[in-house]
Amino acid sequence: MKQKHKKQSKAGTLPIYLILGFTSLFSLFPFYWMFVMATQPSAAYNSIPPTLLPGGKLVENFQKVLDTIPFFQAMWNTILLCTVVTLAVLLISSLAGFAFAKFTFPGKNFLFILILLTMVIPPQLGLIPQYYLISQLGWLDSLLGAGILFLLNPLGIFLMRQYISESVPDELIEAAKLDGCSNFRIYWSIVLPIIKPAFATLGIIVFTLVWGEFLWQFTVLRDPASYTLQVALASLNNAFRVDFGMLLSGVFWATVPLIVIFLIFNKWFISSITEGSVK
Amino acid sequence: MEEVQRQAKARSTTKARKMSEKKKDMISGYLYVAPFFIVFGIIGLYPALFSIVLAFQEWNGLGEMEYVGLSNFTVVLQDPLFWKSLYNTIIIGLMGTAPQLIVGIVLAYFLNLAVIRFTNFFRVTIFMPYITSMVAVALVFGVFFSSNETALANYVIGLFGVDPVSWKTSEWGAKIAIALMVFWRWVGYNTIIYLAGLQSISKDLYEAATIDGANKVQQFIYITIPLLKPFIILTVFMSTVGALQLFAEPTVFLGSSAFSRDEAMTVVMYLYRDAFNLGSFGTASATAVLLLIIIIGAAAINTWLTSGIGNKKKRGA
Repeated sequence: MKQKHKKQSKAGTLPIYLILGFTSLFSLFPFYWMFVMATQPSAAYNSIPPTLLPGGKLVENFQKVLDTIPFFQAMWNTILLCTVVTLAVLLISSLAGFAFAKFTFPGKNFLFILILLTMVIPPQLGLIPQYYLISQLGWLDSLLGAGILFLLNPLGIFLMRQYISESVPDELIEAAKLDGCSNFRIYWSIVLPIIKPAFATLGIIVFTLVWGEFLWQFTVLRDPASYTLQVALASLNNAFRVDFGMLLSGVFWATVPLIVIFLIFNKWFISSITEGSVK
Repeated sequence: MEEVQRQAKARSTTKARKMSEKKKDMISGYLYVAPFFIVFGIIGLYPALFSIVLAFQEWNGLGEMEYVGLSNFTVVLQDPLFWKSLYNTIIIGLMGTAPQLIVGIVLAYFLNLAVIRFTNFFRVTIFMPYITSMVAVALVFGVFFSSNETALANYVIGLFGVDPVSWKTSEWGAKIAIALMVFWRWVGYNTIIYLAGLQSISKDLYEAATIDGANKVQQFIYITIPLLKPFIILTVFMSTVGALQLFAEPTVFLGSSAFSRDEAMTVVMYLYRDAFNLGSFGTASATAVLLLIIIIGAAAINTWLTSGIGNKKKRGA
């Protein structure tokens, strides 16, 4: 009886494989097609039947990108922005998470609920005053102005509090106190090493968030020298007649680094989603 | 041994020292949450409150503010373009997210079946679109759905005998293209969340149902969906909030014509255009306040509707 059931379900898997295969194809095709167009002259776009195999213009198209936007400058700006913001968010979140998990102080619960409430406020609500503030500080067209907004990350505190209260035993902290450790020393030498996995999770969330965010960067970065990748790429599409080969070449080279990182650390990326949202 | 002695010593210390220890912890607590709340005050709370104040002022960002009462709200609410942008946002949101959640559940269900192999490969490929930035997605889809008659999208629909569509300038063309890119980028993300949910459901339940003679479809409807409810509520909530904030995809997809056409203008684009193209910070802030109300309302309604899913099923069974 059991064997019969197994046989049945095995035979029934073919349609499921077909559906999953089709979905994979659907997911991967734009990546492949982006690569194909990045290697073709713009005219290939108009051919019928459509061009689906790579051509020989890979370098030429990218050269055109370099002539149009400060690509490497934008790449560097993006990496710098993402790295500094990520490190800052990790520091701010883990300190606050540590305090919420392990210390008692008046108003703690109120402050924590306040943090949860900030998660519900849509970022667009403060857009105009934020822009005004940054312009008054003279931080328009600077990575400082682009980055400061991302320091506000309530999810980070939420995750860190959760992780620290689950994985750092109170006894360990008590023992360290008896040994005369200062609270900061406890944070630095005991808590930080334990919460490394949570750092990986939150780090991936923040890094990809800042890498891909558009509205704020588009609002404050108007000078091409200050462009991040997203703003630079979007500007490629603003010409009256867009060279598709060049356009997709820019997108391709801006996407490749992230895909490589993703393919290497895909387990971390995928678990960061469930850690970040399901908890 | 030494440890025990030390602990005993610590216990015997005076009350005063315990108090100072407590005080130290209190100071540390405040000190460690301070960086976040300083950041929150400056770039979170202050701008949010300032926005609400601004909604009742006339201001171009340079001169004096002038209190105008509710007139910014009246201006926005009487602007047909505001209502068009709200309509667009809702239509694109529905088309982009509702199918995504349904497909996500089905894919997750398949990926969770014990008989299916290569699940890691499928998981990684289906999730990959999420890694690409919204701008990159909008540009790639922008070429795929270009306004040329020879656009690849037109070739594809031509295979089914459909006439070419001018994707960037037609009412439904623009909406479908944008909804499709939202779908493409997020379907894997939701699949992963549902998969995490499915993995938390005990296998015993399915075995018991099989013994009772329930087929796979019945199991899906009566076991999987109800137990997946918290995850469904979560994704519906996130999709609702996200869809109402749509900005990057249509803006980048339409390029130079983004703020001059209305087929795919969303509420956030309308807000942005008011503030930064027309210099009217007051009405833009009124729109921001309206958007906040809309988002809270829609999220509440959708969460309430989703919470009803399992209950109805139970009554039906």
